[in-house]
Amino acid sequence: MLYFSKLKIILIYFFILTISLIAVGNFLDKDFNFVDKKINLGLDLQGGSYLLLEVDSEPLIEQKLQNKLLSIKKYFKDNNLKYSNIELKDEKIFLTIEDKYQKEFLDYFLDKKNNLNIYFARYNSYEIDHEIKNNSLILFYSKYGIINIETQTLDQSLEIVRKRIDEIGTKEPTILKRGKNRILVELPGLKNPERIKSLLGKTANLTFRFVGTDVSNEFGYEELPSESGDEQLKISRRVIISGENLVDAQPMIDNLNNETVVSFKLDRLGSQRFGQATKKNVGKRLAIVLDGKVISAPFVRESILGGSGQISGDFTFQTATDLALLLRSGALPAPINIAEERTVGPDLGEDSIKAGAISLMLGFFLVITFMLSKYKILGLISNLSLFVNLVLLLGILTLFEATLTLPGIAGIILTVGMAVDANVLIFERIKEELGNEENQIYAYDAGYKKAQSAVLDANITTLISAIILFMMGSGPVKGFAITLGVGILTTLFCTYFFARHLTSIYVMKFKKSKY
Amino acid sequence: MSDKTKKRIDFNKHFKIANIFSTCAIIFCLSIFFLKGLNLGIDFKGGTLIEIRSESGDINIKDLRSSISNLDIGDVSVKNFGSKQDFIIKLELSNKKNSENVNLIKNKISSYFNDQVSFRRVENVGPKVSNELINSGILAIALSLSAMLIYIWIRFEWQFSLAAILALLHDVIFTLGIFSLFSYEINLSIVAAILTIVGYSMNDTVVIFDRIRENLRKYNHFNIIEISNISINETLSRTIITSLTTLLALFSIYFVGGEILRGFSFAMIVGVIIGTFSSIFVATPFLKFTNVTQKTVNKEEK
Repeated sequence: MLYFSKLKIILIYFFILTISLIAVGNFLDKDFNFVDKKINLGLDLQGGSYLLLEVDSEPLIEQKLQNKLLSIKKYFKDNNLKYSNIELKDEKIFLTIEDKYQKEFLDYFLDKKNNLNIYFARYNSYEIDHEIKNNSLILFYSKYGIINIETQTLDQSLEIVRKRIDEIGTKEPTILKRGKNRILVELPGLKNPERIKSLLGKTANLTFRFVGTDVSNEFGYEELPSESGDEQLKISRRVIISGENLVDAQPMIDNLNNETVVSFKLDRLGSQRFGQATKKNVGKRLAIVLDGKVISAPFVRESILGGSGQISGDFTFQTATDLALLLRSGALPAPINIAEERTVGPDLGEDSIKAGAISLMLGFFLVITFMLSKYKILGLISNLSLFVNLVLLLGILTLFEATLTLPGIAGIILTVGMAVDANVLIFERIKEELGNEENQIYAYDAGYKKAQSAVLDANITTLISAIILFMMGSGPVKGFAITLGVGILTTLFCTYFFARHLTSIYVMKFKKSKY
Repeated sequence: MSDKTKKRIDFNKHFKIANIFSTCAIIFCLSIFFLKGLNLGIDFKGGTLIEIRSESGDINIKDLRSSISNLDIGDVSVKNFGSKQDFIIKLELSNKKNSENVNLIKNKISSYFNDQVSFRRVENVGPKVSNELINSGILAIALSLSAMLIYIWIRFEWQFSLAAILALLHDVIFTLGIFSLFSYEINLSIVAAILTIVGYSMNDTVVIFDRIRENLRKYNHFNIIEISNISINETLSRTIITSLTTLLALFSIYFVGGEILRGFSFAMIVGVIIGTFSSIFVATPFLKFTNVTQKTVNKEEK
């Protein structure tokens, strides 16, 4: 166990040197770096916000089913199929239909190339499943139909969330899908997440609709509150233009009355519709409705043909800026809730780094003092090995650009305490063997040999814990698992290659003559 | 051999009293669980936590409480956090969206104290996420226990595996019992600590078991009780030294590592002490109940 070939020694020190250089790169200017890699600081150390957003696609399923109902009705009408009592209840469409019509309808509905019911070849499933009870036909979204809606909703939401966050202009945001209906957002260095939270929480569904009963329409009306809450307005359900028709929106100070407004530009279709509607309805009130609330409902004074206009409301410059931003980035397909939020201020992060560094130094100092007093020369070897261990740990974390969190620092300190165990196991074994064995070199060798299975078992158990923590843990805890796990690997390397080599030099030099 | 036997402590004599202590402790811990329960933090219960620091240092809890007393935000608790100028405000989950409450509280406190406070940390966990975190926490602990069970089974024999798991359960229940007794908060980092304790305690046990296996092969004429005693003695200084260096590291986290790591390091300190104890006084004596003999390890060889 104590013999090392030249090649092996070269490889060991080459490895240590390389990793050390990578580790040192963390503390140098970019120009002097060996590789262009650094350890990332977790949000709990550099400050920032972690948000877990949950997309609520439930209302969307109902809405999509409504649209489906309309297209099915149209299909019946176009093909002269007779049906009765069509209604939507509990996310299912119920309708009564005679057998022969039912057959004709289902023949089309279950044709793999029909336009009503998408067929997913990959899952061997239709978007909509059906059920026949008595003579009523029940239609509802299949498992894959719902998954399809959820995936689409999540993808679209992610896009909008990304646009909104980019518009605000924070540095290096992380935006990722999590599971089937969640979006993870990490915003490092953000001091106040309230603005982003409020921007992300808004669906930003904008519609222009007329007020009052005098405009004829087949869609009906609804009562909506005004933004300030002191007025209820009866608003037509017929949408003139919506947020989708907008190509740009900017906050502006209106020179006429020194009021903050949001000016907008419409696309071609929007301009046409807006122009026609305003031309026909001069003198009426046009309500601007955002997420179910009326921002304002100005009178149409003249037809607006240029395809641009202004939204006035009770805006400050900030709220106008935010509204413009929301309109530019588009509406979310479904409402978003914040399922989890963790924000750490930069001061706390700095304090945590300081406290972590101090306790690391203290722990290191205590452990090396103890080892030195207990084992003398072997203690010194163990301490050197511990130091190299820390450098390697840092280097490997750098190499993989791992994220260092506060619990991660705790993992490093714990590694300091536990890493010496491998050497302790070996040294204690050597002591025992020295009691049984006259030949000292042989005793050292036997110590290493016989302690090996205990050292491996002992470290693998901790490694198992670290791996499970890594798989199950989230955020900061994951950081702990990483440092603990990598710490075990570097510990084994240092004990079996570095410390063992130092021990072998020591034994060969000083122990030979004694026997 | 003879000079070694001199220094030997007869652990057999102490097993009985240690086992009575362990049994009582476990019964005590379990009854505390059921009577008192665990003090679950917002990670597992849902709710909101806001950590604030008074920049001038002259804000007291009373002022802080009264500053937010007239907000309609449900149950609020205000506590000092570590130093005198740091406070934690906690909100239960309420019907209103908690993220809106955060803003409400922040604005109220800022204006009440003329911006003499800074908001150091906000954590807000919804009901769905907290449920998932509970489940994944329990799953992680169960998973690590079973992984250990299987690992020891593969490396040794089922008799060893059973004894080791018993010791691990002992440690986990004991640590959680202490947390329940003192109403210390259980959060994500405590679960991490418990998993690490599982690994650490196993590490301690496995070293003794390794030696027991070796000695079973070495001495044909000793029974498992005597072998256990020899093996514990032979590994004793290692057991103590490793626990000591680990505790040195943990105490430095506990005392200077900052308030956030205090719960974690406390759990680890309790766990390391109890884990060291259980390796010697729970796992090892249990081997005689699982009928470990020379045969058990020798059949492994074939």
